[in-house]
Amino acid sequence: MRRQVPLLLTAIVGFVYIIQFFVPHKPFNIIEHLFTDWILIIAACAIWLGVLNLLKLSSEKVYKRAKDWPYALVIICGFFMITVAGFFFSGGRAFQESGTAFDYIYVNIFTPLSATMFALLAFFVASASYRAFRARTFEATLLLLAGFFVMLGRVPVGDLMTSWLPQGYRLSDLAGWIMMVPNMAGQRAIMIGIALGIMSTSLRVILGIERTITGGE
Amino acid sequence: MATGKLRNQKKYFTLICLLLFSPTLIAQTESADITTTPPAPVTEVVAFDTPNDAGSSITIRWKKSPDDRPDDSLFAGYKILRAIYPRGEFQQTADAPAGAEETFDNEARDGVEYTYRIRAVRGDLYSDSEASPPAQSKQQWFHTGRINTLIGCLIIGLAILFFINRAKSGKKLYIRKIAGLEAVDEAVGRATEMGRKIFFIPGIQDIYNLQTIAGVIILGRVAKLVAEYDAQLEIPVSRSMVMVACRETVKEAYLNAGRPDAYKEDAIHYLTDEQFGYAAGVDGLIVREKPATIFYQGAFFAESLILAETGNYIGAIQIAGTAMPAQLPFFVAACDYTLIGEELFAASAYLSKEPKLLGSLKGQDVGKVVILLAILIGVIVHSFGLFNFAQLFRVQ
Repeated sequence: MRRQVPLLLTAIVGFVYIIQFFVPHKPFNIIEHLFTDWILIIAACAIWLGVLNLLKLSSEKVYKRAKDWPYALVIICGFFMITVAGFFFSGGRAFQESGTAFDYIYVNIFTPLSATMFALLAFFVASASYRAFRARTFEATLLLLAGFFVMLGRVPVGDLMTSWLPQGYRLSDLAGWIMMVPNMAGQRAIMIGIALGIMSTSLRVILGIERTITGGE
Repeated sequence: MATGKLRNQKKYFTLICLLLFSPTLIAQTESADITTTPPAPVTEVVAFDTPNDAGSSITIRWKKSPDDRPDDSLFAGYKILRAIYPRGEFQQTADAPAGAEETFDNEARDGVEYTYRIRAVRGDLYSDSEASPPAQSKQQWFHTGRINTLIGCLIIGLAILFFINRAKSGKKLYIRKIAGLEAVDEAVGRATEMGRKIFFIPGIQDIYNLQTIAGVIILGRVAKLVAEYDAQLEIPVSRSMVMVACRETVKEAYLNAGRPDAYKEDAIHYLTDEQFGYAAGVDGLIVREKPATIFYQGAFFAESLILAETGNYIGAIQIAGTAMPAQLPFFVAACDYTLIGEELFAASAYLSKEPKLLGSLKGQDVGKVVILLAILIGVIVHSFGLFNFAQLFRVQ
């Protein structure tokens, strides 16, 4: 029973979702919105599972003075700081408006921290590119050459270097061709494979052939 | 003499005045015409049930008024007047801007016949069109604009089902080797030998995303292996529902491996829903715990390279898999193995070696053959200019 009910529910919901794509008649026309609403409601309730789990594990770490416990303390303090600021010092429902304590923390702490993490990408891209572009094999050499021409073709100096060539044969045109023809063809091939994979996995889950996620072999 | 000269000067002056002010006078006359004459009415008004919808909508089309010109700033647009056929009173139901030749009445009652007039408005003046023939809205049972999708789904879906049944009957199927999945055993074994943890990152999307589901399915296979090897597994997640799904999956895997005692619920824990907060949290864990193996299986965005480069920095074996084309190059550059697109969805079947699941992969291949043929035919048909083959694949 514990396995059959989720399988049955998955099959019903899966088939109804497929049908609603082809049948505009009522009640199928509202099913997508209805399911989306349900997902949002469940997700909103489920967030407490995550939050409580995070607090529980962090509190245990601090209490037991486990390895790296100060980090757990930062999590707990951060959680309570933003919660208290949002609930009690930000004017109730208008807590997201500018000038509130919640907004102050969001703008001055959260946003710079997020931006810092995002900015790290620049350094990671440099180190990853260095490894990827090492011309050790034929494919890596092709990648290096394609990358070289695309990067050069995307900046004005690329066209300046090839200004003696007729229009349509300059570096920016070569970069455009690489992006629009071989790159696009490869991306589309991947997308077709992904679409087929999604279809196959969906069918396996809906038909109950794939049971790992519902607790089966 | 002087009088004649003065008369001549007067003539010139009058002529100059006329030349200077005549355009204004003409414009004023025209303007007077525009403000006193109503615009020409619209013609050819037709109304019909909006196709492929859930009812309550009638499409109205007309040929715009000849006075509806971009240079006529006074032309205000159209008012849609509706009446119940045949003797109802016309009332305004909608507006349409200048230049429009189609609009929708989305407040129609199904089964009631309506007739429409289009009122062209210029300034304070207007003119009404002839009433349209009656039309009524109704719901449709099938979206005819999606028949091509249905045919495609049926062909591929039936092919998948056919091969699943064929596999069930014991027919051996050839599946090409996927290096990333062949390395799973080695990666788990390495972590066991080193006595270090295995990290599994199921992406940053919620459980309703099929990539996350595929990731969790792979987790089930990996967790069973981890339980058999008696290694340590840690799964930091960014969504509460994914945490619950992962816990159930891992618990079941440990049970199936005969090691329910080794299952630790707290090893699957929530960090945050925030993209970069999650990336920072996982990076911190990677640097502090130094796992021997890291799996990235699911939907990833800009955090993919941040995570994978950190894993690379600490020397972990990394196996990634995602169906986000934009993130694939990053994983390829930073990870040891990458499951590209469809391989992510094939991983579960590949790892389980279960015939029914492997059969579905064969069905996918039929889909690829169909698409390849369609591309080939499309290239030939378009090259010879026979007809617009691409329109067969347009979905409304």
